[in-house]
Amino acid sequence: MTTNTTNSAAARELNDELMVELRGVNKWYGQFHVLKDVNLEVRKGERIVICGPSGSGKSTTIRCINRLEEHQKGDIIVGGTTLNNDLKNIETIRREVGMVFQHFNLFPHLTVLENCCLAPIWVRKIPRKEAEAMAMKYLERVKIQDQALKFPGQLSGGQQQRVAIARSLCMNPQVMLFDEPTSALDPEMIKEVLDVMIELAQEGMTMICVTHEMGFAKTVADRVIFMDKGQIIEENDPHNFFNHPQSERTQLFLSQILQH
Amino acid sequence: MQSDAKKSPSAPSTKTRFWHDPAKRALVFQILLVLGVFAVLWFIVQNTLHNLESRGITTGFAFLSQEAGFGIIQSLVEYSESSSYGQTFLVGLLNTILVSALGIFFATVLGFIIGVARLSNNWLVAKLASAYVEIFRNIPLLLQIFFWYFAVLRALPSPRQSFQPFDNVFLNVRGLFMPQPMPQQGFELVWWALLIAIAGSVVLARWSKKRQDATGQLFPVYKTALALIIGLPLIVFWLSGSPLTWDEPALRGFNFRGGMTIIPELAALLVALSIYTAAFIAEIVRSGIQAVSKGQTEAASALGLSKAKVLRLVVIPQSVRVIIPPLTSQYLNLIKNSSLATAIGYPDLVSVFAGTTLNQTGQAIEVIFMTMLVYLTLSLLVSAFMNWFNTRMALVER
Repeated sequence: MTTNTTNSAAARELNDELMVELRGVNKWYGQFHVLKDVNLEVRKGERIVICGPSGSGKSTTIRCINRLEEHQKGDIIVGGTTLNNDLKNIETIRREVGMVFQHFNLFPHLTVLENCCLAPIWVRKIPRKEAEAMAMKYLERVKIQDQALKFPGQLSGGQQQRVAIARSLCMNPQVMLFDEPTSALDPEMIKEVLDVMIELAQEGMTMICVTHEMGFAKTVADRVIFMDKGQIIEENDPHNFFNHPQSERTQLFLSQILQH
Repeated sequence: MQSDAKKSPSAPSTKTRFWHDPAKRALVFQILLVLGVFAVLWFIVQNTLHNLESRGITTGFAFLSQEAGFGIIQSLVEYSESSSYGQTFLVGLLNTILVSALGIFFATVLGFIIGVARLSNNWLVAKLASAYVEIFRNIPLLLQIFFWYFAVLRALPSPRQSFQPFDNVFLNVRGLFMPQPMPQQGFELVWWALLIAIAGSVVLARWSKKRQDATGQLFPVYKTALALIIGLPLIVFWLSGSPLTWDEPALRGFNFRGGMTIIPELAALLVALSIYTAAFIAEIVRSGIQAVSKGQTEAASALGLSKAKVLRLVVIPQSVRVIIPPLTSQYLNLIKNSSLATAIGYPDLVSVFAGTTLNQTGQAIEVIFMTMLVYLTLSLLVSAFMNWFNTRMALVER
């Protein structure tokens, strides 16, 4: 199994450069302790899959990386910059970190092309012509260039999610965060989105994916992380994670989701 | 009934009876309804004509050219006691338009500020805005007008003891008296400068859009345009030797003469209408902004857009479409509510025309008809404009 997956970490030379680093991150919602001492290091080009039961803090973890949620204790360092309350600092980090959401969150008042061009034009200050050319390139990569002039409401869920991925890629991010990108999709649309994500992984993009797609984790991930109750319980390469899970909690979780 | 029920199975014809065909039945009902409406209308007209005739009242609009014989405390056009009822109508109409237009402007500005403030992360600001909405939305408008007129403005001192916040500005029970600018020879140049500055700003905005498309560079259009529109007329004004004098108010006898005056009736009505309507507009703005899902803000921020750009490029374009239709209703309400002017004696259309003129001439039908027509026309005009604006915004999506 490991010998076949040429993509896995063992087979690839991984850069030593740290892309994302979480050190003792804690977060509370009022009294509720959502994240308890989360430590995570993601190197450049690494693909991480985070899984776990709902409410375990996996989404919150990646939403802290681009400050959609604020952590209260610990350090988050992205591409060498430490996240703090400085707005400029946060905007700098967000420019380098792409995010794909469960519910796509495309802008309904803009066409697919305009959705992709918005940030390059207003944040990167790229001329419209160039921005549109680049957007078309990424839309082609996610195989949706024919729909460029349509509005998001006219597309299927799978198509919308592929546009959302293209929209993030237009900012040339260093890291991509995926927050359950296939959870809101019909089964037959999941594949088209996963295919795009696998292709992206093969091109060397640093990715952190919160997902329940275990097949995706097996083929693509360098490391699988299992979270429960706000803590990282187990962290291993896919082969060992799925075949020899250490903790009881992980064994239970895997037995439940792999039953069918 | 019974014989009917027995018959029907024995007659297997596919033809439906006249009464059982919904289309024919509907037609009959519609004809009956139209006949009924016409009968009622005919009765009303006949009855009115009969009554008018028996009381010896002549109908028609000839009274409009008769001399009115009463004065009006505020008029935007030349008016005296010897003016005609037609001019009374015009004065009332202009006063209604004045208070409505100013009211719509202030209510919109105040409403947007309060609406956004209600969503503020600052606890105190948000609570103050909520308190504002809950207080002014839940007190009858007429009471609020009375409050501002009797409790606030009528409590001001007499002209001799006027407050004087600035030189030559006097506030007393008769109103707010200010110097009036009197343009002299050569002042037209300033108007031309203003016109050129506005035209220049439009050109500037187009140029900046083109340049952004071509090079990606942003240009501070709003600030430059603002500087241009304020600066250019000022420079021209100064260069042309300041061709402006001020007519200053001065105390003569019991009151001030000269200058500009804002009468307390206008002030009270305007303040009450603006504050009351602003409370509703604030709620409309708040719900409009909240109607845009949080995911939109998150997605835009995640792309690195600043807070201001998230609002301008993503949230506002989507919320405006939700805001405009109910906002139109509020504007129409404000125009119609301005007729409460009559309660404190502000000379609006209802007060001087449907009030004094009606009493003096007795031409109830004509006067009420004209007054209703005015409100209907004003409302339809505003409504048409807002609908046009709305379709323009809605087209952005699809």
